[in-house]
Amino acid sequence: MAATAAHGHHHKESFITKYIFSQDHKMIGKQFLVTAIVMAVVAVILSVLFRIQLGWPGESNSVLSFFLGDTWAPNGVLDRGMYLGLVTIHGTIMVFFVLTGGLSGTFSNLLIPLQVGARDMASGLLNMISYWLFFLSSALMLYSLFIETGPASAGWTIYPPLSIYEEAIGGSGQGMTLWLLSMTVFIASSLLGSLNYIVTVLNLRTKGMKMTRLPLTVWAFFITAVIGVLSFPVLVSAVVLMMMDRLLGTSFYINDAIVGTELLEQSGGSPILFEHLFWFLGHPEVYIVLLPALGLTSEIVSTNSRKPIFGYRAMIGSILAIAFLSFIVWGHHMFVTGMNPFLGGVFVFTTLLIAIPSAVKVFNYLTTLWKGNIKYTPAMLFSVGLVSSFITGGITGVILADSALDIQVHDTYFVVAHFHIVMGLSAIFGMFAGVYHWFPKMYGKMMNSKLGMVHFWITLVGAYGVFFPMHFIGIGGAPRRYYDYSVWENFDTNQYEMILDLNQVISVFAIIAALGQIIFIFNFFYSIRRGQVAVQNPWKGNALEWTTPVEHVHGNWPGEVPEVHRWPYDYSKPGFEEDFVPQTTPIGAGEEEH
Amino acid sequence: MKLIVLAVIVLTVIAVAQLMRVYELSSKLRGHREEDINLKTNNINAGLMLVFITVFFGSTLYMLWLYGNGGLPEAASEHGVDVDWLYGVNWIIVFTVFFVTNSLLFFFAYKYSYHPERKAYYFPHDNKLEMIWTVVPAAALAVIIILGLMTWNKITGAPSDDAVVVELYAKQFDWTVRYSGEDNQLGYADYKLVNGENPLGVITSDNIDKRIAEIDDLIEQNQTRLDGIANGTNIASAANEYKLQHDIEKMGRIKQRIIKMAEAYNDSIYSKANDDFTSKSALFLIKGKEYQFVLRSRDVLHSAYFPHFRAQMNCVPGMRTTIKFTPTITTQEMREKTGNKDFSYILLCNKICGVSHSNMFLPVIVGSEEEFQAWRNDGVSTAMIVSSAVEVAEELEVEEPAMEAQAEGEEAVVEGEGGDHN
Repeated sequence: MAATAAHGHHHKESFITKYIFSQDHKMIGKQFLVTAIVMAVVAVILSVLFRIQLGWPGESNSVLSFFLGDTWAPNGVLDRGMYLGLVTIHGTIMVFFVLTGGLSGTFSNLLIPLQVGARDMASGLLNMISYWLFFLSSALMLYSLFIETGPASAGWTIYPPLSIYEEAIGGSGQGMTLWLLSMTVFIASSLLGSLNYIVTVLNLRTKGMKMTRLPLTVWAFFITAVIGVLSFPVLVSAVVLMMMDRLLGTSFYINDAIVGTELLEQSGGSPILFEHLFWFLGHPEVYIVLLPALGLTSEIVSTNSRKPIFGYRAMIGSILAIAFLSFIVWGHHMFVTGMNPFLGGVFVFTTLLIAIPSAVKVFNYLTTLWKGNIKYTPAMLFSVGLVSSFITGGITGVILADSALDIQVHDTYFVVAHFHIVMGLSAIFGMFAGVYHWFPKMYGKMMNSKLGMVHFWITLVGAYGVFFPMHFIGIGGAPRRYYDYSVWENFDTNQYEMILDLNQVISVFAIIAALGQIIFIFNFFYSIRRGQVAVQNPWKGNALEWTTPVEHVHGNWPGEVPEVHRWPYDYSKPGFEEDFVPQTTPIGAGEEEH
Repeated sequence: MKLIVLAVIVLTVIAVAQLMRVYELSSKLRGHREEDINLKTNNINAGLMLVFITVFFGSTLYMLWLYGNGGLPEAASEHGVDVDWLYGVNWIIVFTVFFVTNSLLFFFAYKYSYHPERKAYYFPHDNKLEMIWTVVPAAALAVIIILGLMTWNKITGAPSDDAVVVELYAKQFDWTVRYSGEDNQLGYADYKLVNGENPLGVITSDNIDKRIAEIDDLIEQNQTRLDGIANGTNIASAANEYKLQHDIEKMGRIKQRIIKMAEAYNDSIYSKANDDFTSKSALFLIKGKEYQFVLRSRDVLHSAYFPHFRAQMNCVPGMRTTIKFTPTITTQEMREKTGNKDFSYILLCNKICGVSHSNMFLPVIVGSEEEFQAWRNDGVSTAMIVSSAVEVAEELEVEEPAMEAQAEGEEAVVEGEGGDHN
């Protein structure tokens, strides 16, 4: 270990090995973050484009013409096929590229070695390959937006047979091929990353860093990686089988179908099989997205409340429980697919069980805030936002998990509201919180806190303004992925007006929230260049990453890796002068550990 | 115009950058550090927490008052009443949790904001508390699960013996209803028999014969073209030639499969189709009768969604899925209840199925037995009952590009089927 560090000091790195093909986990983390920000900007623009159509259906709009041109927005009106393409790619990018690749990729890479006390990841090379595969898959996904037949447009869940035949929808031609390719590469990237995280956490902890002294961030990243390793391969197999159906004439997912005017010989497969395979990843994926965000906020809430996180072991326990349960609940996405109703009943039971560890987490957060001494850094603000969205989005999950209720709101805007709040908002709030909190560790500079606060309040209000009214549209029975709601003219004009009104409100909030993100982008890139130079431990945190020098060194610590003597949550511990006790402080005589 | 927009953007960026410089310099002069949030700013954020939660709860209540039921009228089916009751129970639990936990969160966030003279309370864990918030949610969930599964079993249980069997056939982008007629049994169907005259692929000896004849025709046409290529009277690319050859072989195989199928079924099942009849204009249901719907799809996944009856089930190619419900309120009664004279029930497609997904629907009418017979015999009464809905449905049909060739010969209004073929 020490030898590696010494080697790192003397060796002068070239521009390419330092900034591009870097094997340093801190640089790779930053690369993931910047790529994810670019992808997020694209996904947000896509969402604004289809929100314009939903808010002002059929009206000509110069923004649409500007971005989509005559091909996809003739006379400034969004093309029907492209609408579905935008929805599909928005979902794919957000779920996989921003909230999986971006969130885990950035913070697992940055924080795991720093917080466990390792010189770097177990394999720097695999880590570098992981990033470049991520980059390649991002490029493929973006490229698919520019091909003639349009991007994949069968929804981000790409249910066959719609996703298999170009005759069924234009986007299922080359666009879907690129989607599948991109996802395969993405999964390879994710697996390399995950394996690395697992090995690093298990093997490279510094002296004294017992598993029960790990920060909750590391626990969350660790379990997330385990979930990823167990579930992503199933999606690869689903994707490969679909490729074979599309290219080699097999029939894993096809049965007795006529597409266009062509009667298909392929027969004997089952579209439901794909749904099972997809959701076997798809549901754990929710927690792959959510757990890192919860881990980050656990750390931030504790640090800024100047209080230990309440129920550290219960928090770990609930992460483990959520991870385990996440593998046996996928069927709740399939209550109305024709799956045996008895099986549906089983999935109702297992799914609702997840509410228990989730509730434990929420109450532990609340108790951590109780009698704290809360400093509102932008990171802390976003953490409070996360707890709120986790509650608000989580409880509607109780409705959706209940099959008898799900049949009414399945695939409606109620679902859209639910998962955007509980998964989208929580994860993105966690990600923002993480960026604001660990920016000094990444770039050695401080982000502007005033701008961060403005950014938070606009985002919180904007996001709730977008997703909260969707519940009502969904309860009313408005299906998602509808280009417009003009069919309502035929049967209920009163409800049609309600849907139109609410959709307009939602679109206005969406545009406000999207513009609000400019503040963040500006703050981020401006601070990299001109931000105030950071001090070593700006938030007065306990964890190991704040013992490293501000200026990055290869190997993280210039000297020996410090030894750890306590858990990272000794804030405001009685008997200490300061309100924080770093993990490197030995346990004093007569002091209880925690 | 674009230039002005561009100029405004550029100027804004420059202005913001200048402001940032000023901010930078002034904070340097004051010795301000970004990580030090001063007390005033901290208190403003804490206060905003209270403001936010007040506005959030206020607008939630306002929206509940305005749109509480999402604009849906009461459930128009027997089990729908149970579903709505279950919703009620769940909403009570959900809203309690929503209001209590969010209140606590934002109240704590306000109350315990930073004060230099206070030290946070060191409180790492408490087994009793943790036990409470494991057990209480578990108990609440037990109630939810038990009630939910009871309702679920009721909804998905076997239909009664006198349930009326009706088929809903989905394709891009319309619905076809097939009533099972007097015998209450649907004729068997197979996708290999689907053609212009037999859009649902119903199995009858007549349909089988016609389909085989049609396939023979196709094979012959392709063969003629191939022969033409061989002796030079017809010019085609190698790919075309391959395609023709491929199609001949494929249709031959399909023909063999049809013949095998006919042998397997023999005549025994053909009579079931005799009294079936179809409609593409509306689904007419009789009030108080239990319906067992059998769902099929021709091409991709669709989903039969009846928001007013609280019912939904996917249509899967190659599979028969089922769903049942009993309508309890007629269209007329519902129009009176809602005070909306144009109200109509609807069947929507609720699984993304292609570009015209959002136009795929079928009007649903609930009426009496007599009205049903009148509707079946006479297209005029249909028009009266569903009024404008059908007109639009017919207009839309014209616009649809896909499946045109296959759809030819289908009639828009009620069409006797079995009688023609046997």
